[in-house]
Amino acid sequence: MPKAQAAHPLTTPAVSPRLLWTSLAVVALMLLITYLVAFDQGAVSRSGMYLHELMHDGRHLLGVPCH
Amino acid sequence: MPLTGPAQSFGALLIRGLLAGLIAGLLAGVFAYTVGEPKVDAAIAIEEANAHAAGDDGHHEELVGRDGQKGGLFLATGLYGAAMGGLLATAYTVLRRRLRTSNDTRAALGLAGAALLGVVLVPYLKYPPNPPAVGNPDTINQRTISYLAIVVIGLVAVWAGVVAARTQPVEWRQALAGVAGFLVVVAVGYLLLPTVDEVPGTFPATLLWNFRIASLGTQAVMWSALGLGFAALATRPVREPAREAVPVA
Repeated sequence: MPKAQAAHPLTTPAVSPRLLWTSLAVVALMLLITYLVAFDQGAVSRSGMYLHELMHDGRHLLGVPCH
Repeated sequence: MPLTGPAQSFGALLIRGLLAGLIAGLLAGVFAYTVGEPKVDAAIAIEEANAHAAGDDGHHEELVGRDGQKGGLFLATGLYGAAMGGLLATAYTVLRRRLRTSNDTRAALGLAGAALLGVVLVPYLKYPPNPPAVGNPDTINQRTISYLAIVVIGLVAVWAGVVAARTQPVEWRQALAGVAGFLVVVAVGYLLLPTVDEVPGTFPATLLWNFRIASLGTQAVMWSALGLGFAALATRPVREPAREAVPVA
């Protein structure tokens, strides 16, 4: 590892406990959105099969197993 | 917090990731609509012909018609893109200090490339995407679990590659160890997970090939645009507030 790296101004905050919890919450939210697009069949969206059918082509072309 | 320099807080990075992801998702949607939809249409025509031949000629009430599904394509890729952008921004924030490069652009592109490899390419080769009319509905739960497993294995493989590379002192040995570490995990995953082959013998091979290429292209557009967009947005220096012009004597 080059020594010069120490002089590089780091552009992200150090990982504090607070940042860790915030980022975990964000990851959970992002995975929920992914779940809604890729796998949900109405159980989470509470829209029956409407959203599932609406995003049918997207699921196929994004490469998620569909039916 | 200084107002100059690249984005520094998690919030600022997250907004940029979501934005880059939404744009990338919509671009992937344009690609999927142009290149992929004709293949989906052709596959659905085969699906309906099969149903007809099986004696099912009753007209089914569709919740969403084909036009609605083609519009919904953009909703799907846009939401998926935004979610991936949020995940990329989070990974960048948490891992930036552990990436051994002083170049922020390279760090952002490296993470996007790692995601393309682990989340898209590794799963793609084990479980290639299928168009409508391919796949047995009875096995969808098993296939979904296997798919999620290979996504996790893909990410573990990338991580293993990085860890292996870092054990070596010289560059060419790092590259070799990285590839080896990655491939060992991928090989174990491919061998342990069940094989899926549900393509009917009558399904046209060229249509299957073209659909799979269109699907791969959709993901390639998604992650290229997300990586480049996030790198551009996250590392772009914020402009200093304009100063009052000082009159020169």
